[in-house]
Amino acid sequence: MSDWLAAWGRFVLEWLSQLGRASLFLLQMLRALSFLFSRPGLLIKQLHAIGVLSLPIILVSGLFVGMVLGLQGYSNLVDFGATSSLGTVVALSLIRELGPVLTALLYAGRAGSALTAEIGLMRATEQIASMQMMAVDPFIRVLAPRFLAGFIAMPLLTGIFTAVGILGGYLVAVVQLGVDGGSFWGQMQAKVQLFADISNGVFIKSAAFGLVANWIALFQGYQAAPTSEGVSLATTRTVVDTSLAVLGLDFLLTALMFGVW
Amino acid sequence: MKQKNLELAVGLFVALGLAAFLMLALKVSDLTSFGDDEGYRVTAKFENIGGLKTQAPVTLSGVRIGRVVHIGLDPQSYEAVVTLLINPKYNQLPDDSGASILTAGLLGEQYVGLDPGGMDTYLKDGGTIKLTQSALVLEKLIGRLFANIASGGSSPANTPAPAPAPAP
Repeated sequence: MSDWLAAWGRFVLEWLSQLGRASLFLLQMLRALSFLFSRPGLLIKQLHAIGVLSLPIILVSGLFVGMVLGLQGYSNLVDFGATSSLGTVVALSLIRELGPVLTALLYAGRAGSALTAEIGLMRATEQIASMQMMAVDPFIRVLAPRFLAGFIAMPLLTGIFTAVGILGGYLVAVVQLGVDGGSFWGQMQAKVQLFADISNGVFIKSAAFGLVANWIALFQGYQAAPTSEGVSLATTRTVVDTSLAVLGLDFLLTALMFGVW
Repeated sequence: MKQKNLELAVGLFVALGLAAFLMLALKVSDLTSFGDDEGYRVTAKFENIGGLKTQAPVTLSGVRIGRVVHIGLDPQSYEAVVTLLINPKYNQLPDDSGASILTAGLLGEQYVGLDPGGMDTYLKDGGTIKLTQSALVLEKLIGRLFANIASGGSSPANTPAPAPAPAP
């Protein structure tokens, strides 16, 4: 019994100290951000690696998610003769939930894992240590550009995902299934609100997810054990932790933004 | 050279992202309907507006001619005051037009339907629509139906079973 309690206590203490290290890590990264103004080239390079190279997966999945939403929405709404509100269904579900959440999950798999592996290998091969030897701050040179690039890229990727998804829904609903195009866009415009839906859903949610996803990815890479096993473990943990954090945070944000109480 | 291509790709990426936001704002959201703020305002008092909301359409013969911009309460008469913004294209609505709150379909949203009157003078900015018909509240309708059934069943006294109304 006491062994069990002690194990539980050790787990909680471990978790708390982990959280503390992660918070200090985030603070150090935020402090290093201001140095980026003198070296914008670093940021551009990371925006390319994180944002531009993530575009194919975002475009293709956005298109297919939108097309599936159009098909499913149609087959459900046609029973009630309400296919004219298909545009609203597709747009609201993409803008409020699917766009930000799916983009963050795809981002964790595509870019987050790459970030962790990169930083983890840098540590394992002692590149970070040698930078410190040369009085180059790795937070300025390595971590802050990646963090800011991810933070900028996430809302942009979410916007692209959502827009492509709505176009995919349009393709299936209007072009393929013959829903009236005017009511598809008209009902959508009547129901989707610029500030309540788009800026809350696409902008604020994705910015929060961008912060969390990059924070977790970089922190896991930075504290990975300097072995091949440690790097692989850290990469796995990045994807799992980011997915869980994004889904949990999504519930909190949804309750704050769209909750009715 | 390499750096140049990199910058080009990043620039394209950011432009694509901004274009996506622009499309969401202009094509998907209600931003477009903020634009048609011109028009004239007409108020109408209703006893009960049911579930009418601002931004609800105002129609005439089923054609959308405006929208509801404000819903308030008259503190004296306890009536709801609904302000309608009507497109200036339709400036020839007779003064004695009527307004009623209708529902689109069984489950649809509520809107204001106008019925044109016959007078030669037209509604102007700040005018009022006097003839109004409130929203049908389902509970009240059902209550009235039950009251009718109850009174109908008891008045022809001592009939064993409350027979339905005889067919004509």
